[in-house]
Amino acid sequence: MKIGIPRAFLYFKYGHLWETFFKELGIDIIISPETTKETLQIGTKYSIDETCLSSKIYMGHVYSLIGKCDYIFVPRIATLQDNNMVCTKFHAVYDLVNNTFKEYNIKILDYNVDHRKNQTEMSAFLEMGQKLNKKKFDVVRAYYLAKQNEKRMNDVALLEQEQLLKINNKIKLLIVAHPYNVYDKYMGEPILKHIEELDCIPIIADIAPKEEAIKKSKKISPTLPWLYNKELLGTIELYKKDIDGIILMTSFPCGPDALVNEIILRRVKDKPIINLILDEQEGTAGRETRIESFVDIIKLKKGDVNGKEKN
Amino acid sequence: MAKKKISFPQFGNYCIPFEYLLTNILNVDYIIPPPTTKRTLELGSMHSPDFVCAPFKYQLGGYIEALELGADVLFQVGGVCRLCYYGELHERILRDLGYKFEFINFSELDIYSPIDVYNKFKKYNSKLSAPAIATKLLICIEMVKMMDEMENFIRENVGFEVNNGSFDNIYNEFLEHVRKVKSKKELKKLYSIYYKKLKDNEVMKPKKPLKVGLVGEYYTIMEPFSNHFMEKELAKKGMVVTRTMNISNTVFWLGREKELKKKVKGYLKYDIGATGIDTISEALELAKKKYDGIIHIKSFGCTPEIDAMPVLQNISNDYKIPILYFSFDTQTSETGIKTRLEAFYDMITMRKEKNK
Repeated sequence: MKIGIPRAFLYFKYGHLWETFFKELGIDIIISPETTKETLQIGTKYSIDETCLSSKIYMGHVYSLIGKCDYIFVPRIATLQDNNMVCTKFHAVYDLVNNTFKEYNIKILDYNVDHRKNQTEMSAFLEMGQKLNKKKFDVVRAYYLAKQNEKRMNDVALLEQEQLLKINNKIKLLIVAHPYNVYDKYMGEPILKHIEELDCIPIIADIAPKEEAIKKSKKISPTLPWLYNKELLGTIELYKKDIDGIILMTSFPCGPDALVNEIILRRVKDKPIINLILDEQEGTAGRETRIESFVDIIKLKKGDVNGKEKN
Repeated sequence: MAKKKISFPQFGNYCIPFEYLLTNILNVDYIIPPPTTKRTLELGSMHSPDFVCAPFKYQLGGYIEALELGADVLFQVGGVCRLCYYGELHERILRDLGYKFEFINFSELDIYSPIDVYNKFKKYNSKLSAPAIATKLLICIEMVKMMDEMENFIRENVGFEVNNGSFDNIYNEFLEHVRKVKSKKELKKLYSIYYKKLKDNEVMKPKKPLKVGLVGEYYTIMEPFSNHFMEKELAKKGMVVTRTMNISNTVFWLGREKELKKKVKGYLKYDIGATGIDTISEALELAKKKYDGIIHIKSFGCTPEIDAMPVLQNISNDYKIPILYFSFDTQTSETGIKTRLEAFYDMITMRKEKNK
């Protein structure tokens, strides 16, 4: 049996968990190739026009897996611990894929996390293991190993980023963006590269001590309901003293970000912020110019007009 | 101390039960904001983020208009989608604009704990008593249910009235009286009188009239200005208009989720968020009842309703029922909407003739 995982959306959040889980159970997996222009084109074809860009990319990845595996892996996540919600897109994504690709008769493997209905991640994985005809003991073992690996990978990333935060002679920009936007080959990566070319360091808000960040987010916005946004928002508070500017990177028209970005712009006043909207436009010159002038402004503020640190 | 003036933005005719409940249990006046107009929307969108859904913009405009009328306590009820985050941003924007007011945000309260809610409101009436709240709340719920039922009846018949405006006149009279009721008994009496009046109102209905159903997002479908008075427009053409979405069928429907899930079997496995599942279940029901067409209404960028659309397309294919999709933002030009409605009307009329 072979399971296909779309390289989009929550893959960038739970990828390590999923991959280790299936590997430990001895199940073959195939991950769809990196996003290209074609992925987006196909995804757009299979999406309602006003869907968010990230969702269109996801649909493109799902399409690329049709016929290449026995099951396409599309989990559903609705509510998480402590009454935390996620964007309704993740409530709907299973049914969205199922209805969109009805004509292809695809088979979907899913799990459902809904804490409000007493469905935790662990019980969801156990159920999925049962569906895959695996012994309960093996499933539990695979889940624990997967959890451990997930934690290890996150810790490594965090350590690496902490090193970057300590560098003092370069401009550090905090990229506040959902992992599926910032790590995407087609959407986020070119922007990160461009920032590095400008001799600045991109700091990824997704890499952070999450628990702490969630607590900190209350300081900026006490009623924020979405967990993934809380994690990003709290990171601003956590890293504020070490960074020079904030880039809010949002895919058009992201529902939660539409509101959260406005709160950030109104509440975080002590750091320069720009709001970059990612959409289907292919030209990159516009946003490159914006980033360049943003960096220039930060340099000016630091008193570094010629690109060199003032003594 | 001067009486506080409390207000909530316009939302269909529901300002009447809101007013009833709040003025009866709290020591406050209720300010009914002026009817939603182009100005409301312009005020709202001027100060809103770009791609937030249109209801946010309407409500922000509504708050500003209420503040202009002297309101000093505003409240936001919250909800299950982006709505639950509206309150904080609304308050922030209004404060940044320099308005002075108190803000009751239900998202800050634990609505599952009545004591928390009670404590918040106690401030506005020191003699607040639980039994008094309970009786008034029950009357208020009853009132909403009655209004929903009467409005459903009107929607299905107003297109065929002999005297123009007769249904609206009766209903407005009812709304005028209902604000002053003292007890549940009185309310019931009023209801039976006016429901009979509505039923006796003269109509000229053809044997097999055209029937369309409206489905879609909570706010935009219920606040007539935000959907360009679509129901009226359709009724004018002589159609039966059905809309199941209202407060009775969502907030007051106990066991809603379980039943809805049963109804959407075969199309949805999970709840897709907010009113997406209602949209699917209502559309299925209309399709099974052999309606001539369905109109899907939502505000631009409403994620749960966007996710419902591929499912609607499948229902449309399976049941051979035409569905027209509308997405409203801050565009207020009528022409485009009217043209699309006319084309849809012509199409379903021709289909009906053909299938005779």
